[in-house]
Amino acid sequence: MISHLRTMWLVFIHLFKKKVTIEYPEQRVALPPRWRGRIVLTKDPDGGERCVGCYLCAAACPVDCIALQATETEEGRRYPEFFRINFSRCIFCGYCEEACPTYAIQLIPDFEMAEYKRQDLVYEKEDLLIDSQGKYPGYNFYNVAGLDAGVKEKGKGKDEEKPVDVKSLLP
Amino acid sequence: MPTIYIDNKPFDVKAGKNLLEACLSLGLDLPYFCWHPAMGSIGACRQCAIKVFKDEEDTRGRIMMSCMEGVKDGMRISVEDDAAKAFRAQVVEWLMTNHPHDCPVCDEGGSCHLQDITVMTGHNYRRYEFKKRTYPNQYLGPLINHEMNRCIQCYRCVRYYRDYAGGKDLNVFAAHNHVYFGREKDGVLQSPFSGNLVEVCPTGVFTDKTLKEHYTRKWDLTNAPTVCQHCSLGCNTISGERYGKLRNVVNRYNSEVNGYFLCDKGRFGYEFVNSENRITQPLIRNRTIEAAGHDAVMQHVRTLVSGHTLIGIGSPRASLESNFTLMELVGKENFYQGITDDLVYIEQKIVDILQSGTIHTPSLKEIEQADAVLVLGEDIWNTAPVMALAVRQSVMKTAATHSTEQVPLPAWHDNAVKELMQEDKGFLANITLLPSPFDEISTVTMNAAPDDIARLGFAIAHILNPSLPEVPNASEALINHATNISKALQQAKHPVIITGTSCWSNALIRAAFDIAAALDMNEKKAGLAFVMQESNSMGLAMMRASSFDRVVANVRNAANVTAIILENDLYRYIPAGEVDAFFSRCKNIIVLDTLHNRTTEKAHVLIPAATFAEGDGTFVNNEARAQRSSQVFMPANKEIKESFKWLSDIKSSMTITANGHDKHPDDLMLALESKLPQFAGVSRVAPPHDYRVHGARIPRESHRYSGRTAMLANMTVSEPQPLQDDDSSLSYTMEGYRGMPPSPLIPFFWAPGWNSCQSVNKYQQETGGSLKGGDPGVRLFEQTTAAPVFSKDIPDAYTPRPGKWMLLPQYHLFGSGELSVYTKGIASLSPEPYISLSKRDAEMSRLNNGDPVNVKTNGKTYAFPLSVNESLPDGIMLLPAGLTGLEAQDWGAWVNISTVIV
Repeated sequence: MISHLRTMWLVFIHLFKKKVTIEYPEQRVALPPRWRGRIVLTKDPDGGERCVGCYLCAAACPVDCIALQATETEEGRRYPEFFRINFSRCIFCGYCEEACPTYAIQLIPDFEMAEYKRQDLVYEKEDLLIDSQGKYPGYNFYNVAGLDAGVKEKGKGKDEEKPVDVKSLLP
Repeated sequence: MPTIYIDNKPFDVKAGKNLLEACLSLGLDLPYFCWHPAMGSIGACRQCAIKVFKDEEDTRGRIMMSCMEGVKDGMRISVEDDAAKAFRAQVVEWLMTNHPHDCPVCDEGGSCHLQDITVMTGHNYRRYEFKKRTYPNQYLGPLINHEMNRCIQCYRCVRYYRDYAGGKDLNVFAAHNHVYFGREKDGVLQSPFSGNLVEVCPTGVFTDKTLKEHYTRKWDLTNAPTVCQHCSLGCNTISGERYGKLRNVVNRYNSEVNGYFLCDKGRFGYEFVNSENRITQPLIRNRTIEAAGHDAVMQHVRTLVSGHTLIGIGSPRASLESNFTLMELVGKENFYQGITDDLVYIEQKIVDILQSGTIHTPSLKEIEQADAVLVLGEDIWNTAPVMALAVRQSVMKTAATHSTEQVPLPAWHDNAVKELMQEDKGFLANITLLPSPFDEISTVTMNAAPDDIARLGFAIAHILNPSLPEVPNASEALINHATNISKALQQAKHPVIITGTSCWSNALIRAAFDIAAALDMNEKKAGLAFVMQESNSMGLAMMRASSFDRVVANVRNAANVTAIILENDLYRYIPAGEVDAFFSRCKNIIVLDTLHNRTTEKAHVLIPAATFAEGDGTFVNNEARAQRSSQVFMPANKEIKESFKWLSDIKSSMTITANGHDKHPDDLMLALESKLPQFAGVSRVAPPHDYRVHGARIPRESHRYSGRTAMLANMTVSEPQPLQDDDSSLSYTMEGYRGMPPSPLIPFFWAPGWNSCQSVNKYQQETGGSLKGGDPGVRLFEQTTAAPVFSKDIPDAYTPRPGKWMLLPQYHLFGSGELSVYTKGIASLSPEPYISLSKRDAEMSRLNNGDPVNVKTNGKTYAFPLSVNESLPDGIMLLPAGLTGLEAQDWGAWVNISTVIV
């Protein structure tokens, strides 16, 4: 009996407290920047695709909802020929972002992805690619990766020596 | 058997091995880089450090390189010792100071020995803060990619390329901290075994350029054990598929056959599977709409088959299953081989020899262990490259054994043994039409016409067994060569004679047999190896069907002929005139094949057949070893299926009692055994289709296979049921038995912590030994005690005829293969058509290099530029065989030439 009265009292005093719920969608929730929402593919500072098609996100994905195919430009720069995320399977765990060695795949604070048809939740590269560097401005994988893929020449990257002169021993 | 104590636990190990081999054979994880089971130890990388203790009381011990220390009874070592572990971690850290941060774009990633070892030693955080060394790269041809930054200076590439494979153009340059592994200048790697660098290199310096075109990580491939389709050796391969395309071919270790290495044709010649030239739809020609579905074609074929005289033409590149089903469909007497009478005769001779059991035919491993090799007439460098590699090992190993007999050195001590043997070589006599890259390791070389080579063979046989007839009118040079060779063969304990069909001479086969049988009688274990032309030439020859010439004779008087041609481009084997004549006698032509070619153009009904990657099949290699090649992927196009399935469908559509069930390949093999007893044992080649391990199948996909719920989501978001394969116990999923599968069903090599191809260690009984449970494949013929029947018929010496040339084929590793040229890189390395004449003949005809020459043969004239060959015997004309667009010739025929003055 006392318990019932106590419960009713607690409910009653909540009438005078500040409301937690908000009038979504008129009113928007403030999401922290590290919120794990919609997945995007970002771009390098030079505007090129950051994704190098290394397949690590696909391997890390616990629900196997990422499929891609890597290909190369003539200079040897890798990029995905197609990149597909099946958001009807995605659990927004963020493992793909963690696995990504080039900061290409990022989860952003956007969760408004509802669709009437499940098929519309399959996102292709065109749907994923954004014209921004996302959370890591200034990073370009090829500047630290050693190889020459049209971004910088050998030896011009960060912490690289000039290419070895194989003939330095010749008199 | 010595006992060693590893971390205070006793283990029985094999004597004569080093500690690294012993530890790996015991299943311990010990990191290494420079050691390779096929190449021995040099102690260069310092990675395999362990502690060795003096005795039980010794607690300090000494750090030693396990690859440089032999096992001794009672030895006490520690792998887990803290100092040894710290040493190994430090070595990896040093190696990694300059290793670039490019794994995401490196094709080796995910199957990288360096990654595995770095993880194994526990080095996971970079402390070195200074700059990394960089290198320029080189263009190494259309098959191999070079990214020198990734090098860790283990020297495996040059040791493999130069010492093991005998290549010359890859070397190490510069010095101390900037050594460079590459060529003197950019250019195509010359060795036909350069593709193995991809697997030999522990990191990503050398990677597969064909894989780069459609790159997929190892963990994402759907793999299956396959058998190479490009020559008769039947090397074991693993083929991988992703998104419906074949992505790569890697070596599948089989200690009896290919061991650790493949040739470039086998490794890179897979792209025909993905070719745009594939037949994708059944066609009924001469209709308004030619494309037809399965049922429409079956209905049409039934009308063509019933009430007609059926002729079946088998194929040396189709599986036993398909050839046998065709034989069953048309009847044994109506089944023909689809190759010329001459070749059938030679191959029949080979099968007779093997079936008689009078002589042992060695596996490639036994050739490697031979102590004297005689190559009689066969250009194995081009027709059976991995055999050439085996012969090279025999020459080197014989010399090494010879050296280590004098100075007690273990065989794995590679550098010391090489130092000791210097330029010493084992015995190899290379007697061929033309010089080959092989000659530099040969003790005796001779270039002669096939008949003269056969005469040399008979002369050797006569010396070995004087009861055999003497060669009449033998020249002094011939006798000299014969004496030298027979002396070396007599001294050897395991001599091997190699010959084959590429000279189109049956006298060669007889001569080789006489030598081997004569040696065998002298209480030696002599071997006689034959090289055939195609992947299943032996299997087809063993079915003992008649030649194409016979079918032409037989259809001459028959009416209402329906010919069924199985995966065979007749124009590649038979001169065009004869094929056209045959086709003109056939009322209906049904062709089953994988790629469009001249024969499929003639088909009235064209049926799309599966390639090796899309179907199961059993192939018999040159030593009559039957091997199963499993389906790698099911084509999305349901019209493409194995020929034996199409043929069974045709058969069941003809009989009313058929229950409509597909036959499993196992059932076909059992039926084959009962119909043709020479195939006894062929049903044991692989476990039956209902084989399960604890109720589980063996998955074709790795446990990290990615993209299952997204791969096909663009078509429909609901995932389809996994593909069902009822023909084998391999499954199309990631689920299933993850332990050690039976050796014929190993879909890929992987072990915990070992993602690279080096994980094969875990599948072997001992490092470099046979696979656990025995190597796959069943040898159909074994030596019995039957007495040999020697040949009495010795050919006359070859004499050039004035104004006429004997036409012989020259095979090219890159170019002569029907299927391998669909790989762009291989096609670009293929030679242009030419005519070869000897220098004297060219001078007599007043011709120079490059002059256009017309050849008249079979009523046709072909024009090609002349290539003067100084080593070619006089009176012989060589044409490259099997180049795309070149017709089959009447090899061994005499032809005229005429010159065109431009």
